[in-house]
Amino acid sequence: MEGGFGSDFGGSGSGKLDPGLIMEQVKVQIAVANAQELLQRMTDKCFRKCIGKPGGSLDNSEQKCIAMCMDRYMDAWNTVSRAYNSRLQRERANL
Amino acid sequence: MDSFSSSSVVGLGAVDPKLQHFIKAETQKQRFQQLVHQMTELCWEKCMDKPGPKLDSRAEACFVNCVERFIDTSQFILNRLEQTQKSKPVFSESLSD
Repeated sequence: MEGGFGSDFGGSGSGKLDPGLIMEQVKVQIAVANAQELLQRMTDKCFRKCIGKPGGSLDNSEQKCIAMCMDRYMDAWNTVSRAYNSRLQRERANL
Repeated sequence: MDSFSSSSVVGLGAVDPKLQHFIKAETQKQRFQQLVHQMTELCWEKCMDKPGPKLDSRAEACFVNCVERFIDTSQFILNRLEQTQKSKPVFSESLSD
């Protein structure tokens, strides 16, 4: 994640830091980082699945494949997220 | 990727308990997210052939199993390492088993 925190910590020059604002900004930055990570991995996987020998442009079948792949990757991500969450809850219940 | 590091706000957390709690919660959430990213990537390789119009039930079941087995593997490794640690410490030549 590049850049890390923005330079404005909700202080706006008054010298006092507003924790609420900081938390909101941090949450946004985290969400952005997660989206970037997702996109990076999705791009990698879908490139591998859909592009054979790279041609002069993306043809129609490649584009269709990429579109489907994106949706399937999201499905997979959600399935994994749910399964992991269930497992964690099960583990916690067994403690 | 350098996942969100809490070290830059830890100074603030030291004075404000609300921030401290926030950092703990977000760190935990991030750890979860990172694992989901990692497992999705790994399980995609194992469970996905050609991307179709939807995720069929076989592939879905594979993903679920994959997650469970990944966690099992992680726990197995920790447990066995703990056991072998008792007889022989980690940083010895005999680690390669």
